[in-house]
Amino acid sequence: MANVLKDIKFDAEGFMEDAKAWNEEVAKAIAEREGITLSPRHWVVLNYCRKEYETKGEAPTLRNITKNTDVNTKELYELFPAGPGKLAAKVAGLKKPTGCI
Amino acid sequence: MAEEKKAPRKLSIIASKGSLDMAYPPLILANAARMSGVEVNVFFTFWGLDIITKKKQKHLHVAVVGNPNMHPWVHIPTILGVIPGMSYLASWMMRGEIAKLDFPPVDEFVQLIQDSGGHVYGCKMSMDMMKLTEKDLVDGAKVLGAMEFIDMADGGQIIFV
Repeated sequence: MANVLKDIKFDAEGFMEDAKAWNEEVAKAIAEREGITLSPRHWVVLNYCRKEYETKGEAPTLRNITKNTDVNTKELYELFPAGPGKLAAKVAGLKKPTGCI
Repeated sequence: MAEEKKAPRKLSIIASKGSLDMAYPPLILANAARMSGVEVNVFFTFWGLDIITKKKQKHLHVAVVGNPNMHPWVHIPTILGVIPGMSYLASWMMRGEIAKLDFPPVDEFVQLIQDSGGHVYGCKMSMDMMKLTEKDLVDGAKVLGAMEFIDMADGGQIIFV
């Protein structure tokens, strides 16, 4: 795990500086560091976050995630119990979301 | 990051206003806290109870008389505010603006907070005054006395709206 993240730069809160340096192995390593084992349901969220980033340049709001995937609010909090607002973006290699919802 | 384990943060919010504009700040803060993994208890008291009262929560209004802050849309002078329907019009406009920002209507917002693991409580004294019982509140809301709320808030931060 340490090797995968060795050359990746993070900000003080642990968000990746460069979203382009992200890949699946990096996601697994960041998740592990945050105490999360990634399941296929995590990937539904992460893939959607990446897709939104590709088109809009930033992480989606949680409301956007629950509206446009089949992951509802309860499940989202089960997947990322320490706070999906930050964790989903963090594991997806994106900057801290600026949205308020 | 290998941060040392801190005690989990806790936030208690007191929502005391029931107008449409004043319903949103406590809901937004409660949701933001949950998104950040902070434990949240919201205590609805006095007019704030309307926010979690099933019959009222979809019909909150913004005051047009004595409200100098209507500027994002149209400023409604107090003298015009007394025209029947003015508050409905202003409330309808505000709901539209809120929806444009993709924030949910009040009833959905309360459900969102509950789904995210936030707890909502109705103030016992206010409920007695307004002749309400737990059944009048949204599902999952509990009735709580002020002292119990203070006990519950121990060790966390409190915001009064």
